[in-house]
Amino acid sequence: MAAFLARRIAQGLAVVMLVATTVFFLIHAAPGDPFSASMENPGITEGVRAAWRHTYGLDQPIGEQYVHYVASVARGDLGFSFSLQRPVADALGSALPNTLLLMTVALAAGFFIGIVVAIAQVRRRGKPADHILGAISIFLFSVPDFWLAMLILVAFAYWLPLFPIGGSVDPVMHDMMGSGARALDRVRHIILPGLTLALLYFPLIARHQRAALLDAITADYITTGRAKGVSEAHLVNRHALRNALLPIVTILGVAFPALLTGAVFVENVFSWPGMGRLIVNAIGSRDYPLLTAAVLLGSMFVIVGSIGADVLYRALDPRLRDEL
Amino acid sequence: MEPLLSVKNLRKSFPITKGVFGRKVGEVRAVHDVSFDIARGETLSLVGESGCGKTTTGRAILRLIEPTSGEVHFEGKDVLAMGAGEMRALRREMQIIFQDPVSSLNPRMTVGTAIREGLTIHKIAEGADADARVRQLLDEVGLRAEYATRYPHEFSGGQRQRIGIARALAVEPKFIVCDEPVSALDVSVQAQVINLLRDLQRERGLTYLFIAHDLSVVKHMSDRVAVMYLGKIVELANAEDLYRDPTMPYTQALLSAVPIADPTVEKKRILLEGDVPSPAAPPPGCVFNPRCHHPAKDAACTVLNPPLEEKAPSHFAACIKQPPTAISWDEQVKAGGTKPPESYFPVVEQLTRQAADSNPGALA
Ligand SMILES: Nc1ncnc2c1ncn2[C@@H]1O[C@H](COP(=O)(O)OP(=O)(O)O)[C@@H](O)[C@H]1O
Ligand code: SF4
Ligand SMILES: [Mg+2]
Repeated sequence: MAAFLARRIAQGLAVVMLVATTVFFLIHAAPGDPFSASMENPGITEGVRAAWRHTYGLDQPIGEQYVHYVASVARGDLGFSFSLQRPVADALGSALPNTLLLMTVALAAGFFIGIVVAIAQVRRRGKPADHILGAISIFLFSVPDFWLAMLILVAFAYWLPLFPIGGSVDPVMHDMMGSGARALDRVRHIILPGLTLALLYFPLIARHQRAALLDAITADYITTGRAKGVSEAHLVNRHALRNALLPIVTILGVAFPALLTGAVFVENVFSWPGMGRLIVNAIGSRDYPLLTAAVLLGSMFVIVGSIGADVLYRALDPRLRDEL
Repeated sequence: MEPLLSVKNLRKSFPITKGVFGRKVGEVRAVHDVSFDIARGETLSLVGESGCGKTTTGRAILRLIEPTSGEVHFEGKDVLAMGAGEMRALRREMQIIFQDPVSSLNPRMTVGTAIREGLTIHKIAEGADADARVRQLLDEVGLRAEYATRYPHEFSGGQRQRIGIARALAVEPKFIVCDEPVSALDVSVQAQVINLLRDLQRERGLTYLFIAHDLSVVKHMSDRVAVMYLGKIVELANAEDLYRDPTMPYTQALLSAVPIADPTVEKKRILLEGDVPSPAAPPPGCVFNPRCHHPAKDAACTVLNPPLEEKAPSHFAACIKQPPTAISWDEQVKAGGTKPPESYFPVVEQLTRQAADSNPGALA
């Protein structure tokens, strides 16, 4: 187990470094720099901009900047955000909890919908209901993230104004509310982005769960159970679902990156103040330190998620437990 | 005496579906008009190539697969008419041992739990009583009682099959379908498991439907043997008679492939040409006609459906060219027949007779 963990963590660190490096060079290669926007301001001369660039070391060769960046990250210093005018660590610190909250809600809702849909499909396997649910899943899976997000936004915040149009809390009233009203305010704000994200990736869960359940339900040991006289309900609940839930744990590892990507689009459509919005804004304003740090953090989450799923899987499967 | 189990015109076909809405485009005739009786304490072996419908037959009898049509009576009771509750009670009497000892055990249940489940479901034993029964069952199938707390993956194939047997025995059944219980095992352990099954049968007075894909395995195990081909029983006889006088050309070909341990006996093999036709598109007439080597095979074989008829006392075979047959020559001519039936017992007969005499007790 220790060797397995060490290997996975080493692999993960290598991947994180590779991703951060790629992003670092890509964003520097993109046209413009953090001060391009000031060009519209006639009061700021090219000389001023040059001085700023010098202050932040942006006039140095890219290789040198990279070495500096790696050195400062290694010291635990993520740098200063040009666009937000605050330390990168601060900016991440306030955005991350919002994204985690959104992802947790979406994860729970997505798993729930996915598993319920899969069970419904397997109970009616081969029948029209199975195929219709499958077609809906595939549709939702292939729809562009931002398109679905906008559709839901227009439908439930504009045509049928049941929910607020964006943000994580009411910008004006929230601070004046009592604690109960505040909680309700938060819930009302998270429903649309959370639901959108859940809809975007529940098909992943449903498809895997359906396959796993079908596998389990046609497995010989289910027939064995039936031969013993175990009731059908007990067979599905105790024998099949138990085995079929396990593969889903590995999906956690796959769902995480999918969720994070989805969050980037959903957060932007719903103005959710999380990592996704942070990243898009950082790209737009060429905020090099903010973007690189955000991607670094995001990829770390993905790696941790997949290692966690692996460990969980091994802990749950008696066949793999010995290898721990 | 009333047979313990009686199967009549059992049929099972699986639909072949296509497209998003599962339109039915055809069907696989897995089992087609299978009939037989099994007496108490008897072993009837069901033999045939892979895919001929043996497993489907065994499972349909236990209603682990719902048969399409037909009749199954167990101790005179109509099995197919039973409701879910009655059926579950009947599971105590009729059990099955699966071909694949790996997949037939739930990987997430300990051996003890798996064996115990049957005991508690049927309220045979509970608590410490049940634990004691589990230990005793493990002992009976030649495993250590401590194994109860282990998971299936910790065992070898032969041990897992023993677990499967203990599991089936737990509910004290009268009848067990043994679905190729040794096919997945090494030859060296096959004999041990077969011997275990025979011992258990003797001690407990069990009745077996013993499924195998080759005639050599069942030779010393069966009272009677039924040979299946493409969902039908094509020959059914006492084991001794069947091995001595294989009558249906398919059985003759199968027996010619049974290895003989005696090196002095020269073996003549009847080679089966071509593949088994698909059960989704069985040939018309005698299902064996595309591969048959009977000298009198003719156009009538591709039209007439040969009934399973008594060719010698208690020896049934389905072939319109092996006399005697109820399908008259007139009828055969009308169906395009040109060659009258003639008795055909190729050299296999001689060889197997010698082999049977010179080689008692060999399993493979
Ligand atoms: N669940 C199923 N769905 C569709 N076809 C099946 C199913 N089970 C078995 N068959 C088909 O029925 C035929 C008989 O299968 P089976 O009874 O397993 O044969 P055997 O046990 O003799 O090898 C095969 O052609 C097989 O493909
Ligand atoms: S009926 Fe005809 S084809 Fe079928 S086994 Fe007999 S001779 Fe062969
Ligand atoms: Mg089989």
